[in-house]
Amino acid sequence: MTGTTIAAAEEPRGLLAVLATGVVRLVVSLVVPVVAFIVLYAGFTFLRDTDAPKIVIVLVAIVWGIGGVAMIYWVANWTVERMPMAWKGRVLPFVFVGPAMAILAFYLLIPTVITTINSFKDASSVEWVGLDNFIFAFTNSDMIIAIRNNIIWLVVGTTLSTGFGLAIAILADRSKLDRLAKTLIFLPMAISFVGAGIIWRFVFSYQPEGQPQIGLLNGVLGGFGIGPVSWLTGEPLNTILLILILVWGQTGYAMVILGAALKGVSDDLLEAGRIDGATEWQVFRRIIIPSIWPTVVTVATTIAILTLKIFDVVYAMTGGAFKTDVIATLQFKQMFGAFDYGRGSALAIILLLAVTPVIWYNLRQFRSRTI
Amino acid sequence: MKTSRSTTILINGTVIFLIAIWTIPTIGLFVTSFRDKGSMATSGWWTVFTGNTGTLSLDNYTTVIFGGDGLATAFLNTLAVTIPSVAIPILIAAFAAYAFAWMDFPGKRLFFITVVALLVVPLQISLIPVLKAYLAIDLNGTFLAVWLAHAGFGLALATYLLYNYMSQLPKEVMESAAIDGASHFTTFTRLVLPLSTPALASFAIFQFLWTWNDLLTAQTFLGTDPNVAVLTSRLIGLIGSRGTEWHLLTAGAFVSMILPVVIFLSLQRYFVRGLLAGSVKG
Repeated sequence: MTGTTIAAAEEPRGLLAVLATGVVRLVVSLVVPVVAFIVLYAGFTFLRDTDAPKIVIVLVAIVWGIGGVAMIYWVANWTVERMPMAWKGRVLPFVFVGPAMAILAFYLLIPTVITTINSFKDASSVEWVGLDNFIFAFTNSDMIIAIRNNIIWLVVGTTLSTGFGLAIAILADRSKLDRLAKTLIFLPMAISFVGAGIIWRFVFSYQPEGQPQIGLLNGVLGGFGIGPVSWLTGEPLNTILLILILVWGQTGYAMVILGAALKGVSDDLLEAGRIDGATEWQVFRRIIIPSIWPTVVTVATTIAILTLKIFDVVYAMTGGAFKTDVIATLQFKQMFGAFDYGRGSALAIILLLAVTPVIWYNLRQFRSRTI
Repeated sequence: MKTSRSTTILINGTVIFLIAIWTIPTIGLFVTSFRDKGSMATSGWWTVFTGNTGTLSLDNYTTVIFGGDGLATAFLNTLAVTIPSVAIPILIAAFAAYAFAWMDFPGKRLFFITVVALLVVPLQISLIPVLKAYLAIDLNGTFLAVWLAHAGFGLALATYLLYNYMSQLPKEVMESAAIDGASHFTTFTRLVLPLSTPALASFAIFQFLWTWNDLLTAQTFLGTDPNVAVLTSRLIGLIGSRGTEWHLLTAGAFVSMILPVVIFLSLQRYFVRGLLAGSVKG
C-alpha cells in the first residue's frame, strides 16, 4: 500500500483532510486509465486515417496492437493495486481472466447462440422457418454430394495420412536418410493450403490430347504413351485427388507424433518377443501396435477433425466445381454467395455437431495418452 | 536388430521413393517460377532438364512483387496481420491461464469448462455474427478486426495449453514468491512468463503458421482490397482472375511460402514439442 495510507493511519486528521486525500487518490487512479485510453484511441485514428508509407503503418500497427494489449493489463493492474485490500483480492483475478472470457464470449460463445437461432430462421434471419434449413441440408442434391464427399475425406484422408505417417516413421528410423526424410515430409505442414493448391495444379493440370501437357501426371502418362486424363473434372476421382493434397500436408504430422510414440515402446518387450521367436510382422502387430494405439487414435481423430472442416483445399483447387463441394464450401457459398444466412447457419451447426464428438474423444484420449 | 543387406537396400529405396513423391511437386513449382510465360504454357517444367530451358530468369518474381499485383504490399499486410495475431492471444491466454492455475475466484470452474467447451466451435459458426457486429461498429476491413478475430479463434486452445503447462510449475516457487511479497502481477511477469517460454514458443509457432496461412478469416474480416489484403487472398485472386497468368502465380506462391518455411525449419524443435503437447486446432 502507499505511504499516504500509513500516514493517514498514524495521525488522526480532520474529515476534510481525509476526504481530500481520498479525492486526490481517486483522481490519480482515474487519470492513468483515461490517459491510456486517449493514447490507444489516438493510435486507432492514426491507423484509420493515415496516408503514411506502408512500412510505417505496419510498424505502428504492430507496436500499437501488442503494446496496447500489454498496456491495458498494466493499467488495469495498476488501478486495482490502488484499491482497498479487501477489494484487490476479489477484483484482480477478473483482471487476469476477464479479457480472455470477454473475447471468447464475443467471438465464439455469443456467435454460437446467434447462429443456432438463425439456423431456424429464413434467409435474412427474420421469419421462423422451423426445421426447413436442416431439411434442405439433408435433401438438397448438392448437399448430399457434399456430405458424401466429407465422408470420403474423413475415411480416405484420415486412413492414408495416419497409415503413411506410421509407415514412414518406422521406415525412416531404419534408414540412414532419417533426418532428411523426416524434414522433407514434415515441411508441407508449413505451407498454406492455398500454396499447396498452386503446387498441385502443376501435377493435375490437363490439356486436350495432342497438345503439350504441362501437368506432371499427364506428362508421366504421356511418357508411357497413354493419353491425358482430365483429373479434376471426373467424380469421385477428383475428390480423392484433392484428398491426396491433404495427405501430402498431414502425413508429416502423423509421422512426428507416431515416431515419438514408437520411441517409447519398451525395448525389453520387443526383445522378449523376438527371443520368443516372433517374426517382425508379429512383433509389429502384437507388440508395437497395441503399445502405440492410444497415440494412433489421437492422430487419427485430429486429422479426422481437419477433414470434417476441410475448406481451403477445395476452395483453392476447384471452388467446389465438378461435384467436389464439401460442407464447409457449401456453407461459405450459402453465406457469402447466396446470402442465405438461415441455410448457412444450419450448415455451420451441422459442422459443429459433426466435429464435437470427435474433439471430445480426442481430448479425453489426449489426457490419457502417454508418450 | 540385425537387418540383412537386401533389406537395408529395400528400406532405403522406399524412403528415397517417398522423399521423391513428397518433394517433386514443390520442385516442379520452383522450376516453373523461373520460366517465361511462353515456355511455361507450352511445355512441362521437367523439359528444362532435357535442354528446353527457354528463358530462365527472376522476371516472374520482380513482376509479381513490384508490378501491378504488388505482392510486396500484401507481404507487409500479412506481417501486420500475423505478428499481433500471434502476440495478442498469447498474452491474453497467458494471463487467463495463470489465473486458472494459481488464483482463486468465484466461477473459476465454470469459466474453465467454458474455455474447454469452446474448443469444439468451428470458426464458420462465428463468421456472420462477428461480421455483422463489425459492420455495425464500422470495424471491418481494419487490422484490429482481424487481430481480434484471430485472437478469438486461437484463444481457447492457447488458454488450455498454457494452463496445462503453468499448472505444472512447482508450487514452492509460487509460494516463495508470495512470501517475498511479490504481487500476482509481478509473479506473473517476472517468474511465470519466463518459466513458460517453451510453451509460449511452441504455441507462437503454431499461431504464426495458422494466421500466416489463413484464408477464411482474412478474406472475411479484412477483405480483398489490395491495400490491406493478405498474401493468401491475393493469390486466390490471381487464381481466379488470371487463369492464363500462371507464371505469376508460381512466383507468388513462393513469396507466400518463404517466411513460414524458414521459421518452420529453424524452430522445428519447438514445433515438434508443441505438436506433442497437443497444439492442434480443433
